[in-house]
Amino acid sequence: MTTLPIRLLVHQARYDLLGMMRNRQARFFTLILPLLFLVIFVGVFGNHTVGPEHVKASTYYVPGLTALAIISGSFVNLVISVTAQRESGVLKRRRATPVPAWVIIGGRVLTAIVVSVVVSAVLLAVGRVAYGVQLPTSSIPGVAVTIIAGSATFCVLGYALSTTIGSADAAQPTVQAIMLPLYFISGVFIPNPNLPQWLQDVARAFPVQHLASALHHAYDPAAHGAGFVWSDLGMLAAWAAVGLVVALRRFAWAPTAAPA
Amino acid sequence: MTTSETLSPAPIPTAQPAGGAEPVIAVRGLRKRYADLEAVCGVDLEVHRGEIFAFLGPNGAGKTTVVEILEGFRERSEGEVTVLGADPARAGGAWRDRVGVVLQESSPEPGLTVRECLELYAGYYRAPRPIDETIALVGLTGKADTAGEALSGGQRRRLDVALALVGDPELIFLDEPTTGFDPSARRTAWDVVAGLRDLGKTVFLTTHYMDEAERLADRIAVIVAGEIVACGTPATLGGRDRMAARIRFTPPAGAGPLPAALAPLAETGAGGAVTLASEAPLAHVGTLADWAFRGGFDLPDLDVRRPTLEEVYLALTTSDRKDRS
Repeated sequence: MTTLPIRLLVHQARYDLLGMMRNRQARFFTLILPLLFLVIFVGVFGNHTVGPEHVKASTYYVPGLTALAIISGSFVNLVISVTAQRESGVLKRRRATPVPAWVIIGGRVLTAIVVSVVVSAVLLAVGRVAYGVQLPTSSIPGVAVTIIAGSATFCVLGYALSTTIGSADAAQPTVQAIMLPLYFISGVFIPNPNLPQWLQDVARAFPVQHLASALHHAYDPAAHGAGFVWSDLGMLAAWAAVGLVVALRRFAWAPTAAPA
Repeated sequence: MTTSETLSPAPIPTAQPAGGAEPVIAVRGLRKRYADLEAVCGVDLEVHRGEIFAFLGPNGAGKTTVVEILEGFRERSEGEVTVLGADPARAGGAWRDRVGVVLQESSPEPGLTVRECLELYAGYYRAPRPIDETIALVGLTGKADTAGEALSGGQRRRLDVALALVGDPELIFLDEPTTGFDPSARRTAWDVVAGLRDLGKTVFLTTHYMDEAERLADRIAVIVAGEIVACGTPATLGGRDRMAARIRFTPPAGAGPLPAALAPLAETGAGGAVTLASEAPLAHVGTLADWAFRGGFDLPDLDVRRPTLEEVYLALTTSDRKDRS
């Protein structure tokens, strides 16, 4: 292909996106589930004030569940699909073509970013129409950067985790076993100051807390500035760096098989 | 080793002069060692432009290892390997642009239709083939808008072949392309592979089916325990053309002793059936006919057969490889 490499990246992402949108499981976990949780949690809390910022439940849960949607669209989907593609020979077959490795890997990341941005916008739109949630206009750049950075970070972490999962069957339970407890202690499902201090400390070590917290701050109507929370973005970047090292050192195109 | 240049019907223009054409695949002294095992012990191979070359061997004989080294998926321990003028272990995108690979097992691209799978792959190549034409080539035109994952096993395999062809490669690796097919799907797949020869492609085929090799291949190599034990055309592999034919018949009761010329060749089996291992089947059948005619009896189950490729293969892969050619 004589076109620019970036066009090849977009080409790859286009078909990855098409494949992902047609996957019922991906649609459910990335789009339907966060919306369902929004309705349930706002219902449970009666849209009273919650959380450290003392905002309405809806204003609390739109950013929190945006974090959930980003993680589903990036990390969860990626681990499940990459493990399955490795096992079913799809990755190896792509490897047998002239397409550069970074296009295959980057195309998947680009797909996740697009999905994250779209799902975040849907959550915001629903929150706004149904519950009157307002995103401070000044925060939009920060929110946008946080969504993109969060999505990219969780993609890299997904690639890193996929190197440790032996079979496609193990992918779904593994990602859920990692993410469900983190959602609970990181302020995605329950406002996190209600938790004992040691659990809060545990949460602070992991990236979920920092993605949720960065989004919570940006959505806080009392917040000022452009919505960037540098400490949280820094933690995400640190996790991304660790994930990148693991992924680059261990990534495999085919299951490691015995020689024949 | 005889070349099959006279057999390949589709001469295609190359930079090389026809006589001294460089082989598409040249392997010399290839060895692959794993920790405690030498899987490939000194393999030499040459595959010429435009031929269908079948690579046979029992499981665990080193077949997959050799194929994966040729495809650039595995490093070798020793030896020279040249595929399309380059070392596959170091070749990059420009080389991959000229090579198509059909893996032993690979699923369709998740969520995409047949046409979309091909569109995705066409985007990887410098000068792809037209998509609808490629779909037609493998006989999937009616399934172009069907999800790849909804295809039958045979159709998926044909999609795999289409994906390997869409870049218009010069050389195609087909790893057990018809395993698990029903007989009619196998015949369709054979037509597709034979069609590749008409396009002037070079095909490197591995298979477990002797009828497949016999039907498709210009030349066959057999690997056993990491070594090539025979290489030749389907008709001459392992000295098949020089091997004894088998003449079988059941003499009626009271037929008397066999003619003296045939007695030393005979073996009597169950139900009194006699089998002759014959190097001169025409003369021996003549002698038999004479014998029966004079005795006034018939030999209604008389059967004369050349060794099948399968018998040659089994002899090569089970006995102590005596017949190297």
